[in-house]
Amino acid sequence: MFYRENGQFKTSYRADQQILPIRQDRLLMAGLLVVAYLVVPWVASDYLLRAIILPFLILSLAAIGLNLLVGYCGQISLGHAAFMAVGAYAAYNLAVRVPGMNFLLVLLLAGVCAALVGALFGIPSLRIKGLYLAVATLAAQFFIDWMFARVKWFTNYASSGSVSTATVELFGWKIETPAEKYLFLLSVVSVLALAAKNLVRSHIGRSWMATRDMDVAAEVIGIRPVYAKLTAFAVSAFYVGVAGALWGFMHLGAWEPAAFGINVSLNLLFMIIIGGMGSILGSFFGAFFITVLPILLAQVPAMLGFNLSVETGSHLELMIFGALIVFFLIVEPHGLARLWAIGKEKLRLWPFPH
Amino acid sequence: MKKNWPVYTLGALLAAGLIAPLASGAAAPGFWLEVLIGGLMAGVLYSLVALGFALIFKASGVFNFAQGAMVLFAALSLARLSEAMPLWAAFALSALIMVVFAWLVERLVLRALVNQEGVTLLMATLGISYFLDGFGQSLWGSDIYKIDLGISKDPTIILESVFQGGILISKEDLVATVIAAALVAFLAVFFQKTATGRALRAVADDHQAAQSIGIPLNHIWVIVWSVAGVVALVAGMVWGSKLGVQFSLQQVALKALPVVILGGFTSVPGAIAGGLIIGVGEKMAEVFFGPVLVKAFDLAGGGIENWFAYMLALIFLLVRPEGLFGERHIDRV
Amino acid sequence: MKLTGKLKLLAAAAVAAGVLASVVPQGPAYAQSKAVAKEQYFPVLVYRTGAYAPNGVPFANGYVDYLKLVNARGGINGVKLVFDECETGYATDRGVECYERMKGRNGGATVFQPLSTGITFALTDKAPGDKIPLITAGYGRADTQDGMVFKWNFPLTGTYWVAADILIQHLGKKEGGLDRLKGKKIALVYHDSPYGKEPIPLLEERSKMHGFELLQIPVTAPGVEQKSAWLQVRQARPDYVLLWGWGVMNSAALKEAQATGYPRDKMYGVWWAGAEPDVKDVGEGAKGYNALALQHGAEPNSKVAKDILRDVHGKGQGTGPKEEVGQVLYMRGLTAAMFAVEGVRRAQERYGKGKVMSAEQARWGYENLALDQKKLDGLGFAGVLRPISTSCADHMGSAWARIHTWDGAKWNFTSDWLQADDQIIKPMVKASAAKYAGEKKIAPRTVADCQA
Repeated sequence: MFYRENGQFKTSYRADQQILPIRQDRLLMAGLLVVAYLVVPWVASDYLLRAIILPFLILSLAAIGLNLLVGYCGQISLGHAAFMAVGAYAAYNLAVRVPGMNFLLVLLLAGVCAALVGALFGIPSLRIKGLYLAVATLAAQFFIDWMFARVKWFTNYASSGSVSTATVELFGWKIETPAEKYLFLLSVVSVLALAAKNLVRSHIGRSWMATRDMDVAAEVIGIRPVYAKLTAFAVSAFYVGVAGALWGFMHLGAWEPAAFGINVSLNLLFMIIIGGMGSILGSFFGAFFITVLPILLAQVPAMLGFNLSVETGSHLELMIFGALIVFFLIVEPHGLARLWAIGKEKLRLWPFPH
Repeated sequence: MKKNWPVYTLGALLAAGLIAPLASGAAAPGFWLEVLIGGLMAGVLYSLVALGFALIFKASGVFNFAQGAMVLFAALSLARLSEAMPLWAAFALSALIMVVFAWLVERLVLRALVNQEGVTLLMATLGISYFLDGFGQSLWGSDIYKIDLGISKDPTIILESVFQGGILISKEDLVATVIAAALVAFLAVFFQKTATGRALRAVADDHQAAQSIGIPLNHIWVIVWSVAGVVALVAGMVWGSKLGVQFSLQQVALKALPVVILGGFTSVPGAIAGGLIIGVGEKMAEVFFGPVLVKAFDLAGGGIENWFAYMLALIFLLVRPEGLFGERHIDRV
Repeated sequence: MKLTGKLKLLAAAAVAAGVLASVVPQGPAYAQSKAVAKEQYFPVLVYRTGAYAPNGVPFANGYVDYLKLVNARGGINGVKLVFDECETGYATDRGVECYERMKGRNGGATVFQPLSTGITFALTDKAPGDKIPLITAGYGRADTQDGMVFKWNFPLTGTYWVAADILIQHLGKKEGGLDRLKGKKIALVYHDSPYGKEPIPLLEERSKMHGFELLQIPVTAPGVEQKSAWLQVRQARPDYVLLWGWGVMNSAALKEAQATGYPRDKMYGVWWAGAEPDVKDVGEGAKGYNALALQHGAEPNSKVAKDILRDVHGKGQGTGPKEEVGQVLYMRGLTAAMFAVEGVRRAQERYGKGKVMSAEQARWGYENLALDQKKLDGLGFAGVLRPISTSCADHMGSAWARIHTWDGAKWNFTSDWLQADDQIIKPMVKASAAKYAGEKKIAPRTVADCQA
């Protein structure tokens, strides 16, 4: 009833190609942004911000990055946490070695470093694909983790191999409280998400999708697979690298290579598969799901009044997490983004479906 | 055979790397042999894990990340059951548990995910692996448990007259090798000689063709997952008797991935050969080349075996994507 | 088709419920934290599952049992304790989440004890902002001993530099003088994490002083696969092996040592590699293996252990199995809890007996701990601990340890008390803390702040 687009006529190609062609969607998005910028920082508790919303935002960014590669270009990677690590350590070194550098520039350069490394480890994708490539990317995961643990220069000769960051300052603004971090992250993530959305609609994005759908055909119509795949790896690693830098500076504060282990890579993959491959929105859904689910599972029994021991609780948590993953894959292999699309379709006809 | 030159080059390089420490005098011959043996032993264990992996991939096209969790679960069952009954009974019971598990996986997961993309299936097995972790620990506990095969753990020194200091051999390692060899022989017979084995191979070759001549696919999957479960049990038993059974056991299973790449995803002999190559390669690399690297780049410690296997697999993928024994038919870009 | 539709709806509903549930319960919890608490709240970070559970469980049981014992004894001057557990799985991000979740509960957390060097590093960053102290008894960053920089960290009774220093001193004694270490080879087999790397600077310093060769052999966490590490040991044939492991790594190391024929009596573990779970399933194979004891060893006959058996287990409230009471890691957890409680008691002396202390007040208590032998004896720690007194400059309070040795069935003390050499450690702590302060751009505390 409320979600109908009759009467909204497009009179130009421009209007027809907007990101959100339906007015209701635009209103919803505007409302969402207003809430996110003006309401959430005041209403959300410290815990909600620090334990759920901040990680959610950062991981959304990482999930977008991985989705660009896996969802749009069809190249599977099990090593993306390593690119996060590259971003984090690059940012750390820039911040330590070039005092007073603007943090936005630090983020940008960290992303660029990750992009270079990403492109390097993307080279095998020119020869192999599918699950074979997945295992090849594991080499990136383990090698990069090892490198940051071993080469002393990267950790500024910290004796324990753990690095820690100073408070981030941006144009004289100290980003300290969770609410400030939230606002900063929200801005970064919104800008980069918008950029990603536009990127996948551009000729680069289309060349990725063509490569994904059928690489031989793509080559026939004049898309250079080398270029498409390597840009996909580079852009994807850029996003993930920025996310890694943010993860280190805004969320952890101090970290060691183990913070970017294989588990993080697998979690990122979970996010885009549960959220929806080839969907920017889905990346947000997936990140939210994977961030919140374990926390929720850890708290549900207590909320329901069961007095489980921590041990049983955490075992149950693992079991339910695993089972839910399988369940979701079975009922909706295309992810939450697909559910969202179905819901929207239903809503258009509601309350009078055919 | 012009196409094979990169493989030969790689092989030659590996062989050169193997001999180099001995030839350059960096290692005493006795010690070099010990490293070689140690690598082979580690390789046998990698092979065992990789074997289950290759079996499942061959028959159902599933990239089974849960193989590690299965090894852990099977070993935990065996360890805890053997506290209450003789080892053989515990083994039988654990095998039964793994069969039930295979049946459940087929019923609840695989059947519902037929025709999904590879990566979806991979994620589903990760889900299974999480589930097994939680289930195994809540059922059997998360302490360190013992599997006692009744073999002495103290090493014996042999060939003392030939090499200075002799060579350390542990009986346990020998037993492990024998068990692994027996398992491989059993599998070979099973695949070549029995009707089920032939059906399995048919399914592996072509799902649709196999189905059309009346081979029940679901049935076959249950069998394959059961066999993989039993292989996991054997792997878990060997590992567990050496190092104790604990949650962390499953992490070793990640090493099975480069092994299957090296050997070819679908090949049983490949899994064995790949495991041995990786086992020897990484021990040699760690012991002899690690210190060189550390000195050259002023690293904080060696530990190159963390990535050696994966890098080797990566290079191998570039020169020979189908692996040592894999079928030529492979999607190449 | 119908069915999948329903399933999909169900899935959507599950997600929606998840969203709601995750947001809603925070409201009241947050409001609660503003209210005045009547009980002293101790959050307990544990790991009862995963790779480190064999060692995490007894520690957690000891910790919780002691808190129960204090309640059974009437609380801290009448103030009852409340506590709950949060599972970290030894993972840094989970630990941080637990911290965020628990810090505001029940009127605010008194103190956190993460039992993980990785989590300690992350929380060291957050604690000053939240004004919550951290006790890291026997672990964490070695430089946090410097209270002038690390106002909120308390590595009570020992850091890894203390551990490494004492081990080298002991080896020197065994050889008949530290100068006899010249030309010896000492291998450090360590857990490849901040925990395992902590002792390296001190060992390097000592190796320069005495002229022994230090071999560093990292073992990838969690440490089930150590074949090549022990092959390297076999190749180098070091005179001693220092084992810096945790969890399953310790028992695997002992098994590999046995398999490669390295004598166990030449192996010395840190105090986290010297408990029952590390040697239990190796049994006879670990005979002769030595480890540091962080003051106490296995103390089943101590008064406090008996009190727990009577007042906690006796009333059916024991957390773990009865047999565990008095084991090494159980005692470690128990003493850690004792420090947490005694700091609050000390703070009450200043801010009002019988009142609930805020985290900030408790911090003062930890900084001014004065546990003399009489007080310790009164608490049932006679023969378990030595006196501990902290100050602004020294947040550690004591640098003593002993060596105990596994005889195949139990741990026995085999050395006298040894004290770490302040002359070596102090300058290192100062330098490292100053570097940290520089990196983080924090100003050291003033003397006035100390006396406040």
